Amino acid sequence: MATIQVQRKQLNFWERIYLPEIFRGLAITSGHFFRNLLFHGLRAFGLKQFRGAVTIQYPEEQRPLPLRSRTRHRLTQREDGSPRCVACMMCETVCPALCIYIVAKEVPDPDIEKAPASFDIDLGKCVYCGFCVEACPEDAIRMDTQILDIASYSREGMMYSMDDLLHPEKHANRILVDPKRP
Amino acid sequence: MDFFPAALQLTAIFIFLTGVLSLAGLLTWVERKQSAVMQDRIGANRARVFGLRLFGLFHILADALKMLTKENFIPKNADKFLYQIAPVISIFFALIAFAAIPFGDVLQIGGYQIPLQGLDINVGLLYIFSMLSIGVYGVILAGFSSQSNYSFLGGLRASSQLISYEIAIGSSIIGLVMIYGTLNLNEMVRVQGRYFWGWLPAWGIVVQPAAFFLFLTAAIAETKRIPFDLPEGESEIVGYFLEYSGMRFGLFFLTDFLETILVAMLAATLFFGGWQVPGLAGDGFHFANAAWPLPSIAVTLLGVASFACKTVFFCWFLMTIRWTLPRFRYDQLMRLGWTMLFPLAMANIVVTGGVMLLLNR
Ligand code: SF4
Ligand code: SF4
Repeated sequence: MATIQVQRKQLNFWERIYLPEIFRGLAITSGHFFRNLLFHGLRAFGLKQFRGAVTIQYPEEQRPLPLRSRTRHRLTQREDGSPRCVACMMCETVCPALCIYIVAKEVPDPDIEKAPASFDIDLGKCVYCGFCVEACPEDAIRMDTQILDIASYSREGMMYSMDDLLHPEKHANRILVDPKRP
Repeated sequence: MDFFPAALQLTAIFIFLTGVLSLAGLLTWVERKQSAVMQDRIGANRARVFGLRLFGLFHILADALKMLTKENFIPKNADKFLYQIAPVISIFFALIAFAAIPFGDVLQIGGYQIPLQGLDINVGLLYIFSMLSIGVYGVILAGFSSQSNYSFLGGLRASSQLISYEIAIGSSIIGLVMIYGTLNLNEMVRVQGRYFWGWLPAWGIVVQPAAFFLFLTAAIAETKRIPFDLPEGESEIVGYFLEYSGMRFGLFFLTDFLETILVAMLAATLFFGGWQVPGLAGDGFHFANAAWPLPSIAVTLLGVASFACKTVFFCWFLMTIRWTLPRFRYDQLMRLGWTMLFPLAMANIVVTGGVMLLLNR
């Protein structure tokens, strides 16, 4: 078996007596300290181009997500507001977490034939794999709401009904994508 | 003793102690905010009172409230008495050590002489170090009485670390004591009011620069904070106060900050001229060819302000060190204490003695 000899860097005298290195470290950290303090000060006086911190203050400020990131599900709608879903059960079948529950019903329109009577997703079980979106032949389910703050005090609260899925803004603190967008 | 000067001195001491305790509280905020600013973060800023955030200053109150309302847990097999008394010992001896710190020159008001110092004893320095040493009992007892292996390990580490560094801290300042010729802290500060070549203040840092670094290193170890926080060791053994919760833990927490302030004040007193202001004599400022006379009371108050500034500076400096260096390993810690600090301190004593002999005092 091949072995790799790792050459550990030998500390020289000045590094071994700590003090010069400690001063170097202190220079770096206090450099940051005074620079950031100055920037915070300038910002407080209205010069907004200076930032003393890289913090994003989460609930108020949010980081823009890449458009293809998988976020909370939504069901797309037809022009009349009814779901595009034709209850083909593809997503329910492909879902590795078995968290999609669809009950189908008949629709008189011969072009559609079927539609979901109820469509529930248990987001407490969902693993955000996106397979449901891939499987859907009708582009009826998407994961592009950009909603990440999905939380609840109970398991039941993680069940999202068809109504919630058709109107993601109902349970959301924010919505970046228009649910009516085709 | 007259009533008036006694009352005045009591007031001064009261103000000083209030200042120390508020500074200790403030340091909890400073620690968070300073570390945040050093690391390009913002830091705790969520506590709000009536929509006011004040840079997170309310976190001090929030912390105190949290500590006071949390359950005061006592482990089932713990030694109840020792367990409850340990944090009190810890904070009590940290607090009374402040009594010997001279925070200003003697205040002259209407013919009265009011010393700005709680306890003007001629062994002030020894007194402070002995109080610090007794304070270690709090830590050891806490680790011992909790009946928890991890607390016990923390207590063991604390006792060996603190005893080792006490020796280093004690021997590092002997050179200073030899030069100043006194153990009285106020006398020490007065001696530092002299000048070399008429402009360089004869502060401890000038006459004993090596001792300053030895003292500071050993003193940081005494405060049990990073890089010497092995007794607490938050990431592995969780330290001697593992079983403590609520305000008893709060007392240990506060003790750390009080000791930080004490070390800052000691460093200022011993090495940076205490309440001395460069160029300021008893009757006003004196520069090379200019003078600006001031009344004696203004001089004293300027001295107090200078002492406060030095203390705050050293608190900042200790915080910077705490947020810059990683922690020592235990064997490195012991090696640093016994094979570096202690022999260097001894060498410092010998060299100081030799130089003093050569210069013939
Ligand atoms: S993202 Fe994956 S786990 Fe979640 S519902 Fe769709 S298929 Fe199921
Ligand atoms: S795959 Fe699409 S159309 Fe089929 S049931 Fe799921 S959401 Fe409806």
